[in-house]
Amino acid sequence: MTARTVRGGFVLGAASTVTFIGMALLARFWTPYDPGALDIVHKLQAPGWHHWFGTDQLGRDVLSMIMAGASNSVAVALLSVVIGLVVGVPSGLFAAARGGAIDEVIMRANDLIFAFPALLLAILITAVFGPGSVNAIIAIGIFNIPVFARVTRGGGLALWTRDYTLAARMAGKGSLRISFEHILPNLVGLLVVQGTIQFSLGVIAEAGLAYVGLGAQPPTPSWGRMLNDAQTLTALAPSAALYPGFAVLLFVLGLNLLGDGLRSRREQ
Amino acid sequence: MTPQPLLVVDSLSVSIGDIRILNDLSFQVDRGEILGLVGASGSGKSMTALAIMRLLPARARLSGTVRLHGEALGTKSEAQLQDIRGRDIGMVFQEPMTALNPLMRIGDQVAETVRLHVAVSRSRANAMAREALDSVGLKEDHAAFDRYPHELSGGQRQRVAIAIAIVLRPALLIADEPTTALDAGTQAQVLVLLRELVRELGMGLILVSHDLAVIAEVTHRIVVMQEGAIVDGGTAEAIQHLRHPYAKALLAAAELPPKRPALLERAAPVLEVRGIVREYPRKRRSFWHAPPKFRAVDDVSLTIHPGENVGLIGESGSGKSSLLRAILALERAQAGEVRLLGEAFSTAQGATLRRLRRSIQAVFQDPYGSFDPQWSVERLVAEPYYLMDAPPSAGERRRRVAAVLEQVGLAPADRLRYPHEFSGGQRQRIAIARALITEPAVIAFDEAVSALDVLVRAQILDLLSELSSRLKLAYLFVSHDLNVVRAIADRVYVMQQGRIVEHGPAVSVFASPQHEYTRALIAATPHFQAA
Repeated sequence: MTARTVRGGFVLGAASTVTFIGMALLARFWTPYDPGALDIVHKLQAPGWHHWFGTDQLGRDVLSMIMAGASNSVAVALLSVVIGLVVGVPSGLFAAARGGAIDEVIMRANDLIFAFPALLLAILITAVFGPGSVNAIIAIGIFNIPVFARVTRGGGLALWTRDYTLAARMAGKGSLRISFEHILPNLVGLLVVQGTIQFSLGVIAEAGLAYVGLGAQPPTPSWGRMLNDAQTLTALAPSAALYPGFAVLLFVLGLNLLGDGLRSRREQ
Repeated sequence: MTPQPLLVVDSLSVSIGDIRILNDLSFQVDRGEILGLVGASGSGKSMTALAIMRLLPARARLSGTVRLHGEALGTKSEAQLQDIRGRDIGMVFQEPMTALNPLMRIGDQVAETVRLHVAVSRSRANAMAREALDSVGLKEDHAAFDRYPHELSGGQRQRVAIAIAIVLRPALLIADEPTTALDAGTQAQVLVLLRELVRELGMGLILVSHDLAVIAEVTHRIVVMQEGAIVDGGTAEAIQHLRHPYAKALLAAAELPPKRPALLERAAPVLEVRGIVREYPRKRRSFWHAPPKFRAVDDVSLTIHPGENVGLIGESGSGKSSLLRAILALERAQAGEVRLLGEAFSTAQGATLRRLRRSIQAVFQDPYGSFDPQWSVERLVAEPYYLMDAPPSAGERRRRVAAVLEQVGLAPADRLRYPHEFSGGQRQRIAIARALITEPAVIAFDEAVSALDVLVRAQILDLLSELSSRLKLAYLFVSHDLNVVRAIADRVYVMQQGRIVEHGPAVSVFASPQHEYTRALIAATPHFQAA
């Protein structure tokens, strides 16, 4: 890809991300209709003036559901990234700073989590605590931990070879202080890029978990469940899957373009 | 008929945008001749090499002609030029690590060049590659062909780069700072190799370097460049008689005479190192046996007196850096002791360690890696204040940082800027300022001027010498560059394979080295006496 297409992608990605996050925030206060309100009389309506995206099999307004679903999706993806950052980054920093046996133990523990399929983890959590958005957040968050730990450790190890860490040690600073004063601030760019990618994976994972019934439960609206509902209606309303499908597609594509754009900006 | 010169460069100019990078260059190279292209960084030497190869950035505009074997390269298509590069013109770059593909066996990398340019069978190409590796001293019996770049030393990698450049017996070889990243012994070997190849293959060689000493050693003729123009030149024998002021400055910088008469103080030492041993575990051979140990530093002792400048010389891998880390208490020694100002430093803990650290600071090699890019100069320079129990207030700190920046020749206002805004030489000044802020008794320099250009290097050495005399600072100056150590040190220690093999006053060690290793090092160092 040339510099220009990356820059164009960055702008598109940023625009898409801002739109979806804005929509998610808006949905917290206002949606055109109550996304949970049933209106059987007006079920399965085609898009029109009253219902821009039409209505579903229970007469709910699809646009309102997409907006509320975005809100749920953003909340789950964001909180699971936060879990990954809060646990993964300090453990990666610590592993890079100490090295040796401590590094081995931390990173092998992360490998263990990483090797565990996210879906299996979600089923396990659901089996213990029951389904719901909170459990989706925990399952995706745990999956994010080793990703951030690895990125932080890798970037940290590279920074530890720089002479400024030696200079800081000559100033009497210990490895933990150096990690937070010198290593972490220089990893922010890297973590923002990885955070964007994990955010997009979180959106897909949330939709996936909701689709198989392990995520948000009714009446909480979710893109994944909308897709599941649409599947049973393929014969009646083949276009029902389009709206949630495109919502996931555009949001994830936008986040990935944003991530790529941020990465190439960092590398310049 | 006089034979036609191999390469003729005629009024070559290059501009990028409105900026003229190269200005009306004309010179020529004959077969079997070595032309030295000298200048400080930014003088346009590397750009000249790239212009000859037509490897300029896309926005660059070029005028003038470059003729190889009488044929103008400017009229060739890009496809023809690609064919010429590598076959008729070989090139060797400065950084031997990045020039090679880490995932390919070195033999395959040499053979790849062959097969890109001439239609030969794989086995024939491999045979040519073996031959080329053999001629650069990477012998077949060491399985050179099958090795990967990471298994080789810096000097060996540079040999591979040279093998790639000469495998097709090009008529012209361009070597851009081929030995700058290498230590003295390796540098001498690579230079001898280049000289022999030129004689054997009858190539022309353009040797680009900022180091006049290197150039004087091997070249037949030199061209001195400043700001994209040729300002002086002549035969290598006449190097002492260059007239242009810039050429004279380069010459003076390369000579590096001792900065002051040796100071032979006999007060109580500020730093005493006794019997230091540093061992590293090697890769274990089997799970059941303890990993074998590698002794990087073997029973080393040295002393430094107040205000004395002590040099520690050795090639890379001689254990200098391991010793230095033990002296600075950054790593624990397995045996031995370091005493600073009469107190045990190597075993000190907590508050004592912090107090003693104020008296010993360090300047590291890499001017680009020594500073956190996100910190302002003021914050960086003041970082060692962390060692103080009661660090100065913000106002006092600002005043002292400004003062110490002035001492190293920077403006007080520079404290608000960030490291990326400074050149390599200026950054080393900032590093020196950082080392000075706690008013230490000793400063250790780990190859602190090796990454700098000759002119800048000479300026930094002047500064260091002046600071040492004025502030009564003692230095431990670790370097592989004998010219630098001779310029600054009162006394020297020579280290080989973890041991000190010789020490004494700098003057006598350099004039009459006793140990054969010291003699070899001195012989390997390109230098010339002031006329």
